[in-house]
Amino acid sequence: MTVMEQRGAYRPTPPPAWQPRTDPAPLLPDALPHRVLGTEAAAQVDPDLLRRLYTELVRGRRYNTQATALTKQGRLAVYPSSTGQEACEVAAALVLEERDWLFPSYRDTLAAVARGLDPVQALTLLRGDWHTGYDPREHRIAPLCTPLATQLPHAVGLAHAARLKGDDVVALALVGDGGTSEGDFHEALNFAAVWQAPVVFLVQNNGFAISVPLDKQTAAPSLAHKAVGYGMPGRLVDGNDAAAVHEVLSDAVRHARAGGGPTLVEAVTYRIEAHTNADDATRYRGDSEVETWRAHDPIVLLEQELTERGLLDEEGIQAAREAAETMAADLRARMNQDPVLDPMDLFAHVYAEPTPQLREQEAQLRAELAAEAEPDSAAGSESEGRGR
Amino acid sequence: MTTVALKPATMAQALTRALRDAMAADPSVHVMGEDVGTLGGVFRVTDGLAKEFGEDRCTDTPLAEAGILGTAVGMAMYGLRPVVEMQFDAFAYPAFEQLISHVARMRNRTRGAMPLPLTIRVPYGGGIGGVEHHSDSSEAYYMATPGLHVVTPATVADAYGLLRASIASDDPVVFLEPKRLYWSKDSWNPDEPQSVEPIGRAVVRRPGRSATLITYGPSVPVCLEAAEAARAEGWDLEVVDLRSLVPFDDETVAASVRRTGRAVVVHESGGYGGPGGEIAARVSERCFHHLEAPVLRVAGFDIPYPPPMLERHHLPGVDRILDAVARLQWEAGN
Repeated sequence: MTVMEQRGAYRPTPPPAWQPRTDPAPLLPDALPHRVLGTEAAAQVDPDLLRRLYTELVRGRRYNTQATALTKQGRLAVYPSSTGQEACEVAAALVLEERDWLFPSYRDTLAAVARGLDPVQALTLLRGDWHTGYDPREHRIAPLCTPLATQLPHAVGLAHAARLKGDDVVALALVGDGGTSEGDFHEALNFAAVWQAPVVFLVQNNGFAISVPLDKQTAAPSLAHKAVGYGMPGRLVDGNDAAAVHEVLSDAVRHARAGGGPTLVEAVTYRIEAHTNADDATRYRGDSEVETWRAHDPIVLLEQELTERGLLDEEGIQAAREAAETMAADLRARMNQDPVLDPMDLFAHVYAEPTPQLREQEAQLRAELAAEAEPDSAAGSESEGRGR
Repeated sequence: MTTVALKPATMAQALTRALRDAMAADPSVHVMGEDVGTLGGVFRVTDGLAKEFGEDRCTDTPLAEAGILGTAVGMAMYGLRPVVEMQFDAFAYPAFEQLISHVARMRNRTRGAMPLPLTIRVPYGGGIGGVEHHSDSSEAYYMATPGLHVVTPATVADAYGLLRASIASDDPVVFLEPKRLYWSKDSWNPDEPQSVEPIGRAVVRRPGRSATLITYGPSVPVCLEAAEAARAEGWDLEVVDLRSLVPFDDETVAASVRRTGRAVVVHESGGYGGPGGEIAARVSERCFHHLEAPVLRVAGFDIPYPPPMLERHHLPGVDRILDAVARLQWEAGN
């Protein structure tokens, strides 16, 4: 008898028992971004932390304006400013212990500086003086990453390796809203959740991936909602509220360190400047939108909170500004010196041992340099692109 | 002194043994990839490693090649020595951004501060009747990326020796495993101490005087067979097995061609933009005055890898190699 002939007597068999592996509700982010400044919760925050955040924000803003000025002077090849996003950058740096690792993207120079990296070293990539101006292991800061989201799986692997070695280390990885569309974002979050790796992902949703706004980037309710599909908690925070970003990231880091696995944090913020100094933001957004966000400035928010509670006076504000000026003057002075590069370094670090092919090319360049340095050489040293 | 009888062993067994020995010798060696744990890999190369060393050291990952390689980068940054498996040649392509943008240049971009000691095992090449996306020869892509070593064994002993050297290397190595040689057997005694072959040295597999066949990986046995067949035609062919595509052993190759005066490069991957063009150019640059004929190439056709029922027409076989050898009786003006 065929199935068709049986049809009158057909009774569907019950499906094998199935239920969702996790209740998604606890993983869901709050409906609105978490805020602390200007709410009752602010009173619970350590005043020293608030003052420290403030000093770092003021310094960070000055760093951004100074770096942008350096592009105009030709001292930096390019600078993607994080003006308006300083609360995210600073909080990301301050929540980490010394043994933890930071995985920045190209816009996160400030996070590296706030973590203690020499500002000039942090700018080597953007200056064109080699790619990474520091030893990542020494500072526990991965190289500034230009491809989008590709640093996220590195953070997962490092955090996983640390846990395998029994080390109490957390990795914090930074990515933008555009980066969440990349495959590496998905793969990193999936690996992190499956391995329960001690890693925290911070998405700085600054509204635009160069010119493409968020509504053309994703149809998700929020970027924090993406966490649920991977089985990790998603948190939504006001990215311009330094105290809130610090609190949410601290919770996530604590959770990761305690073996609770990864968290995806979306900080809602705004890129006040253009994508980089080479971009024209007026082509894709209006002034009024920018002005709305200027009114929600991270420094102003924190300054208001501190002033109203009597934790900061005019003298304190002045002191923070002076410290920032000192940093900027030092940065200017050192960036105005021409870096000395050794052309032979081109071959120094391709492999542990140069291949025979690279040795030949090394000899060729050495001979070319020697010919250039020769004072009596007919080609002379004054002409850069001399013909042959 | 007792003589130990050599037991026949397969290349796959030698690779397993190399992984096991490397893991036993160095606790920082971690094997990872899709199916490498419980199943022991689809080719069984990682068989038994999860059981012996635990799932933390031989890890079944989610199915995601960029994620496998990307997390391995992070693990290497923390001081481990990951050995990742890409399962099949064409499955590695999603991981190319990680490979090219990070793996290959991490040492360089950090000016030596952060080397990445990781090995990427890629079963490659055709001849096993695999369906689409299971038979690519992707070596040219790897060769074109500075910062990577690219090696490929053709014998059971080399499979062991080169894999141990790759894992011990402080630089990333793309370790190309010729799929159709996995079950090829050599007399190789796994109970004897094994030699670890330094990366970057070619070897003369068969000495000869009339011409040199320059080849590697899956084409080595084909070239040896062609050399035997050529004896009937009066040709005494030398066969050079490159073993390492990066770095390239110019010395061994040029010395051979200077002796024989004629050369044919043989490989499975397509000829246009393929390894043979680079090799032929290097030989021409070094041996021009010794050459009696142009350096020829016998390669796969410049087509997407064909379906299994047609692959025998695509893969360079003995006849096609012998045809090329016949063309080496070249006279100016021909």
